[in-house]
Amino acid sequence: MTGGANTAALPRTRSARGLVDLVFRARELSLVIALAALVGVTAAANPNFLSGQGIEDILLNTAILALLAVGQSMVVITRNLDLSVGSVVGLVAFVTGDMLASGWGVVPGVALGVAVGAACGLLNGLLVSLCRVPALVVTLGTLYVIQGVCHYIAHGRQINAADLPPGLLALGNGAVLGVPYLPLITLAFMLAIGYYLRAYPSGREFYAIGSSPEAARLAGVPVRRRVLVAYLVSGCLAGLAGVLWLARFGTVIADSANGWELLVISAVVVGGVAITGGVGSVYGAALGALLLTTIGSALVVLRVNPFWQQAITGALLLLAISVDRVLALRVARLLRRRSRHG
Amino acid sequence: MGRVLRWDVLVGALLVAVFAGGSLATPGFATVSNLSFALGDLGEIALIALAMTLLVVAAEVDLSVASVLGLSSALVGALWDAGLAIETIVPLVVLVGAACGLVNGLLVTRLGLPSLAVTIGTLALYRGLAYVVLGDKAVAQFPPQYTALAVDDVPGTFVPYPVALFVLLAVITGVALHATGFGRSLYAIGAQEQAAFFAGIRVKRIKLLLFVLSGTVAAFAGVVFTLRYGSARADNGLGIELAVIAAVLLGGVDFDGGKGTLGGVIAGVLLIGLLRNLLMLNDVSTEIQSVVTGLLLIVSVLTPRLLALVRSRRPVLKGSS
Amino acid sequence: MSDPPALALANVSKSFGAVRALREVSLELFAGQTHALAGENGAGKSTLVKTLAGVHRPDSGQVLRGGEPVTFASPADAQRAGVAVIYQEPTLFPDLSVAENIFMGRQPRATLGRIDRGAMRARAGELFARLGVTLDPEQPARGLSIADQQLVEIAKAISRDARVLVMDEPTAALSGNEVARLFSVVEALREDGCAILFISHRLDEIFALCRRVTTLRDGALVATEPVSGLTHDDLIRRMVGRDLGALYPKQDTRPGEVALRVDRLTREGVFTDVSFQVRRGEIVALAGLVGAGRSEVARAVFGIDRWDAGTVTVAGRPLPAGSPTAAMGAGLALVPEDRRQQGLVMELSIERNIGLTGLRSLRRGLTVSRAAERDRARDWALRLRLKYGRLADGVGVLSGGNQQKVVLAKWLATGPSVLIVDEPTRGIDVGTKAEVHRLLSELAGQGIAVLMISSDLPEVLGMADRVLVMHEGRLTAEIPRAEATEESVMAAATGTGRAA
Repeated sequence: MTGGANTAALPRTRSARGLVDLVFRARELSLVIALAALVGVTAAANPNFLSGQGIEDILLNTAILALLAVGQSMVVITRNLDLSVGSVVGLVAFVTGDMLASGWGVVPGVALGVAVGAACGLLNGLLVSLCRVPALVVTLGTLYVIQGVCHYIAHGRQINAADLPPGLLALGNGAVLGVPYLPLITLAFMLAIGYYLRAYPSGREFYAIGSSPEAARLAGVPVRRRVLVAYLVSGCLAGLAGVLWLARFGTVIADSANGWELLVISAVVVGGVAITGGVGSVYGAALGALLLTTIGSALVVLRVNPFWQQAITGALLLLAISVDRVLALRVARLLRRRSRHG
Repeated sequence: MGRVLRWDVLVGALLVAVFAGGSLATPGFATVSNLSFALGDLGEIALIALAMTLLVVAAEVDLSVASVLGLSSALVGALWDAGLAIETIVPLVVLVGAACGLVNGLLVTRLGLPSLAVTIGTLALYRGLAYVVLGDKAVAQFPPQYTALAVDDVPGTFVPYPVALFVLLAVITGVALHATGFGRSLYAIGAQEQAAFFAGIRVKRIKLLLFVLSGTVAAFAGVVFTLRYGSARADNGLGIELAVIAAVLLGGVDFDGGKGTLGGVIAGVLLIGLLRNLLMLNDVSTEIQSVVTGLLLIVSVLTPRLLALVRSRRPVLKGSS
Repeated sequence: MSDPPALALANVSKSFGAVRALREVSLELFAGQTHALAGENGAGKSTLVKTLAGVHRPDSGQVLRGGEPVTFASPADAQRAGVAVIYQEPTLFPDLSVAENIFMGRQPRATLGRIDRGAMRARAGELFARLGVTLDPEQPARGLSIADQQLVEIAKAISRDARVLVMDEPTAALSGNEVARLFSVVEALREDGCAILFISHRLDEIFALCRRVTTLRDGALVATEPVSGLTHDDLIRRMVGRDLGALYPKQDTRPGEVALRVDRLTREGVFTDVSFQVRRGEIVALAGLVGAGRSEVARAVFGIDRWDAGTVTVAGRPLPAGSPTAAMGAGLALVPEDRRQQGLVMELSIERNIGLTGLRSLRRGLTVSRAAERDRARDWALRLRLKYGRLADGVGVLSGGNQQKVVLAKWLATGPSVLIVDEPTRGIDVGTKAEVHRLLSELAGQGIAVLMISSDLPEVLGMADRVLVMHEGRLTAEIPRAEATEESVMAAATGTGRAA
């Protein structure tokens, strides 16, 4: 709370590296372990959990959430937030569905969906980066607006699978070599963005901005442009997710994805992306999405009241940030003690 | 140094303008029964906004309020189903709300976590617990003497009971925020937490108190909500936190803390309420209402920043010319 | 000198609101030379540095690069022009590795524009080898000591091939060995043809390292001259603008009973086994280098940070750890180091700031009495000769010296028996400085125990009845007024002399 602790905690020891590294690597590892334990316990109770169909369901359900989590990670890494993703998914699913039902081809439909998502992202990005308005408030506002626009367009109607071109539904439910398309698409985006963020100079700047906006400015990082890009990517992916949503479920009403923004943020935070920016990876976020989805499926299989799912999601988010914080405090304390005695 | 036009006064003026415009253009708007209904419809949002104002002034936020409201509503339903008397249920439920706030507050003050992240987590947690408690069923059949309390007017007036309660609490909150040492502390904490701590203000204790307060009020609002609609459901008040925050920010409270007045917030709440009511009377769909709320929210944070930007540019231009 | 200066300022002025931070200042930095910039706090040094760094743009006058006028619109512009600035507190990305910090935005590329991590690591290694230090390029910057962070900044400057290196008090937080290492690095850079601007409060360093020195006072240039012809006293006179004797009017008082007793206080990794006492009527100075743990002791005593072991007793009653409220109740007051973050709520008015420490005593019934609040503010503003427009004005509009008076007012209004002041005259003008000194002296005369932390050696020597010196978290010396000299205090502060 007080700023003094950071100046006091200054180690000289090389071993500090191992410690800090451990804390950051620990997240992805612990996610995998938690996932393995969950799958193990559930499969022991009900072997059907690990059937081909069971796994496919989990992958399909994860795909859209993970795609959104990847986009959201980029925003969160720059120390911002995009609450509007859920309503963008709903809007895009409906608008695209309308167009496809009226005879558009699949490719123009996908392009339209991504374009609508991009427009929403651009709006968010411009408001946050140019006007320096708190991201939470702006995206809360755009959440409302986009939701309202979607309802206005929908006007109580719903899009039915029967009206959609078979090509699109095949995208949502088809598979190549037994692996459904949806997770493959998500995987491709996750790897591409993860690789970009890690391997490209401009990618590292996203982390730099989130780690210390002031230092980023002094280092000549184009802060506004990067933040804008982060929102743009998040918007595009939300647009794509909207199209995939349509492809997967076929039936869409106006508020299909309402409330998903919180699920997405939970996945991102559980996946180890610090809400204060600068730390985490899109792989972690996608793992977080996988974990949350698997928990949902496991509850069904274990015949736990499915209403527990939302509560568990919330508890997991709280656990993730609390553990991060406690570990960080421990490390800081350890470093402080070593600084004079080491 | 010239006095800059104050945002909360501006919102107040806008409120008057909307009221006047509505009275002229929309028949049936400026009637006692309609206004009484419009006010009653705002009840929960207005109540929660009071506590939220204190939090935001202290540079914190509680996104879990709507979920606490839902949990409270679900508990009212479940406990009523279990045969408890309303007189027993209400204090119990309010106590649970206080506990919810305590959890938020402890995570924020003990672990030093950002309240935004914490309350996004508890938003999911508490709403989830609401579903666990009541599932997706609804409990109705509350005795009319209780539901009447949530809708009827105070005898001899056109003020519904919840509104009267709100007025009472608003006065208390207003005095606390603007005239007591407690209120001074909140502004100091919100504007410069370190300096407040160095001045001997018990920052953590005060923040904890604010979260408990927020949970308590939200739970009570849940009771009002349940009785007003005569229906206890786990998804009651879904998304209300957005309307509350919109009202608080629209009223000129700075999201970064340390600035704003309760008068502004009340004007903000009423503005949103009247606009909704007007839109409804003019048969504009509820969808557009959410667009309007969203736009108001964006405008309310954007305008002060743009004004500040213009203001800060001015001396620079003078200096360089 | 035939070559044009590598970097120069010509008649540069810069104002912030009513404050004229720089007035027609000119400065020339030549390749292969180390140039010193001297001046008191608030003389305009940091504004000058920020102008060179492209953070501020001059209101009038020019920045010249190799004789040509240039405009630095941003820090990035200045960096591209070969100017590197190392701030007292380095600005690194804590979550990124040391190598990434050095090469952010200019990473060595492999095919397809990817970062060549191997090359980046290797180059960072080479840089550190050249600097003669062993730092792991893969280590995250979080957790590096200030000295190591500065080395990372210097490595960054070298990797950019900076031709001008500006160092703003780089030694303030360093120990003796670290200073020596830094000096050898700077010397090597100078021999490579770098132009260096060196800012330090330690006059010895200026004499050891620099060829010429420019002195600023109140934002204006006093002199630019070779170091060789100068003595310490000459330089101080130019900085202060008058002789020292008149500045520090501490009256002799007879110390009363012990007001504050600190016994074996320890906060692990920060300070260890610190014991001292302050009597009523006494001014005790706590001297030492920045980072020696002085402010941290003050913070712990006042309850801002917890301590791990030891006791603090005020007028015979022990204080609980970690409660500023309890400390205030016991009669302690702390005028903190960082006025803008800790001392004042900048958004609030003068009267609200002064009232903040007395919310209980200003209460009439349930509410705070605005009249009482205003009376309290007016009373103290008068006693401290505060210069203000209206008491309802924000403290942000006041000058640094007057802001400090508001902080003092806010604490004196609590009627403390022990007053801790941390760098009480940092960044305030000479006139107000004298007023603050007179005030502290008066307060001691009224029987208040004063503990004064100061990095301003003349201030310490002039004001203190006793000087306590800290070095690397320990109290290393207690020097009575008669024996306190610049040499004896510095020796204890750097750990070279009479270590305990």
